[in-house]
Amino acid sequence: MIVDLPSCTTSKVNKKLVELRERGGVLALGRVLTLVIVTDDGSAIEGAIEAANSASREHPCRVIVLARGQRKAAPRLDAQIRVGGDAGASEVVVLRGYGALAADEAGAGMVMPLLLPDAPVVAWWPGEAPAVPSEDAVGKLAQRRITDALAARNPMKAFEQRRAGHVAGDTDLTWTRLTSWRALLAAALDHPPHDPVTNALVSGEAVSPSTELMAGWLAVRLDVKVKRSPAESGEGLVLVRLDRASGPVELIRPDGKVGTLRQPGQPERLVALARRGVPDCLAEELRRLDPDDIYGASLAGLTKVSRGRTPVKAGSTR
Amino acid sequence: MTSGRRGRGRASDGWTNPLRDPRDKRLPRIAGPCGLVIFGVTGDLSRKKLMPAIYDLANRGLLPPGFALTGFARRDWTVEDFGEIVLDAVRAYARTPFRQNVWDRLAEGFRFVQGAFDDDDAFDRLERTVEDLDRDRGTGGNHAFYLSIPPGSFPVVLKQLARSGLSAQHGDQWRRVVIEKPFGHDLRSAIELNEIVNDVFPEESVFRIDHYLGKETVQNLLALRFANQLFEPIWNSHYVDSVQITMAEDIGLGGRAGYYDGIGAARDVIQNHLLQLLALTALEEPTSFSSGQLREEKSKVLNATRLVGPLDETTARGQYTGGWQGGELVRGLTEEEGFDPKSRTETFAAITCEVETRRWAGVPFYLRTGKRLGRRVTEIAVIFKRAPHLPFDATMTEELGQNALVVRVQPDEGVTMRFGSKVPGSLMEVRDVTMDFGYGTAFTEASPEAYERLILDMLLGEPSLFPVNEEVERSWEILDPVIDFWAAQDTGPDHYPAGSWGPPSAQQMLARTGRSWRRP
Repeated sequence: MIVDLPSCTTSKVNKKLVELRERGGVLALGRVLTLVIVTDDGSAIEGAIEAANSASREHPCRVIVLARGQRKAAPRLDAQIRVGGDAGASEVVVLRGYGALAADEAGAGMVMPLLLPDAPVVAWWPGEAPAVPSEDAVGKLAQRRITDALAARNPMKAFEQRRAGHVAGDTDLTWTRLTSWRALLAAALDHPPHDPVTNALVSGEAVSPSTELMAGWLAVRLDVKVKRSPAESGEGLVLVRLDRASGPVELIRPDGKVGTLRQPGQPERLVALARRGVPDCLAEELRRLDPDDIYGASLAGLTKVSRGRTPVKAGSTR
Repeated sequence: MTSGRRGRGRASDGWTNPLRDPRDKRLPRIAGPCGLVIFGVTGDLSRKKLMPAIYDLANRGLLPPGFALTGFARRDWTVEDFGEIVLDAVRAYARTPFRQNVWDRLAEGFRFVQGAFDDDDAFDRLERTVEDLDRDRGTGGNHAFYLSIPPGSFPVVLKQLARSGLSAQHGDQWRRVVIEKPFGHDLRSAIELNEIVNDVFPEESVFRIDHYLGKETVQNLLALRFANQLFEPIWNSHYVDSVQITMAEDIGLGGRAGYYDGIGAARDVIQNHLLQLLALTALEEPTSFSSGQLREEKSKVLNATRLVGPLDETTARGQYTGGWQGGELVRGLTEEEGFDPKSRTETFAAITCEVETRRWAGVPFYLRTGKRLGRRVTEIAVIFKRAPHLPFDATMTEELGQNALVVRVQPDEGVTMRFGSKVPGSLMEVRDVTMDFGYGTAFTEASPEAYERLILDMLLGEPSLFPVNEEVERSWEILDPVIDFWAAQDTGPDHYPAGSWGPPSAQQMLARTGRSWRRP
């Protein structure tokens, strides 16, 4: 069900939420967090709401969408409440602020009265994010701040901002997209021979924040020389090679879908390694509401990474 | 529930995986290189539960690259036929969306071996298949054998596994066997079965699947009790009046005569599921959630569990008769196909236990299970003593029952609390209300199936959710006197109409102490 509340205030929204709950039964009970989505008004909103709804099946939440409208218009708040079939396992409140209400401080002021009592607050910027999310008006309300450098107009610049402005509680979907790669590499090292890694090579598209972050993670975990090189072809992260005395462990994904795992003395193995969608990543992010120390350390580890210029061809690194 | 040595990234030789860190909670546990062989691959369980669970695990990226799945059955199938069957099963029953990319990788590891259980040649072919997999897929000599077959066939299959060398473990490699209930039909047969299995596989390589223990709500019971301050202080005989554990099904036994006739509800459900649920409800706090500690606490509480007598007053059994159930005309047990018209197999069983510890002194644990009952439900209800009602007189609390905390295991997983609340109005009147936590409504779609969890734990060698030998034998020891007592009776089981909550004797069994069954 979708209820439109044109030109209203947050207390009217709150009143309506209670009314809807009384009418529809136990709607808002059992919510575990409030997810605040900060975006500009426009077509991107629906994609973000959809991702939040699908994540809400795992993490029942109240979703507040702060859609900033025209700044030059007269100040007005248009609200919309979605419950039931239109909201997955969540309840969605869309707040469209115009004029003065499109400013950051005013936006945070509209969000505040709608936060669930006692429950953690997560802020998510599906597109452009503030330079320092933790100092943003909405970011300050939240324990966890999720950004996505890849969705920014200039991914490398956004990623650089994340690195410079990182505080505990921030994460970027760039990091989430690496989880399956990291899991496979860690699992590969779980089994004998337990040789130390002597060198590492990470290669991917020239503009690929995930590739940078992978290099940072390896540098900080392995404490060896890690080289980040451009890949000759392929999307995003293409290759990771860990050199060991007994031979290298290689994970290669030339086509963005299927990975190949090579280990000395073992047959080549193919593994499904498709790039993950935003809903999937968001669900993983919401699984953890405490700061991700390893992410922070990996960002810091980037300074230890050395840069290669020669493009690496996937599949012929030996 | 536990993060074994793998979780901490420490291997047996003291080596620590530098890529793992206990703070890095995102990194999932992926099973090491391995393969799974399923016997009885044409069965219902295999199609509806095992195959979809394996696909779901692959889809979540939790199976090792190069994972191999081998089917063994009498059917004259090719690998492609086998792949088709798995594909159909996955499409029909998998929990996660179908992804061609994931499926293609998984299907590369399919193998099929045709043969009967007494066919030496077939097992030799299976041995070669497994060897080839080590070479082509890099399964590293690690193989699990899932016996999804009637227990009658266990001895011959296990003997074949030993003869063909399939069960032999070399060095770091592992071989594991997975068996499903029933684990015997009384203490003697359980010991026999364990001997047969342990003859071929050492106890640490045996995984007994009780899929109830893989359910999220059952694991949540431990979180509810031990992660919260709210419940544990009242979790004892000081405040608890009684505990009722129910597992009811609304379906009958049509088509299951071969297995069920002569076995009955007590053996089928109470011995394994209900006594395990009792153990988890009553156990003391383990010092850690490692499998060893948890198992120790479970053993302790099962060792302290006794039947309450006299058995003719504290137990009840029944058999459903035909009639209208929920708008459908159903047959009674004795009219079901394949059942002896004079069958005395019970389809409803209820027993009373007590746990002889200081914590539970004097608290009865009522366990009941049945087919063709009111509705399908599994729950643990902890019923509290009445408050002394000091400030209220009797008329004010007439409608107030006992407080209760109910853990709903299935369906609609969650927790319900029942307590008294003032009825609006000028009079002081207190009536029961419920407060509900719906684990089910919001989480089910994303929470893994019990089989996923159990198969993954087995491949990782994490035994915490699997009952061991000792627990199985102890459970039979508890239950055997009831079965013997019932067998010695000239009459019974009592009849109950399909769709009701059991025979009148079940109500009487509680009424004797002034209690009554909760209607779930």
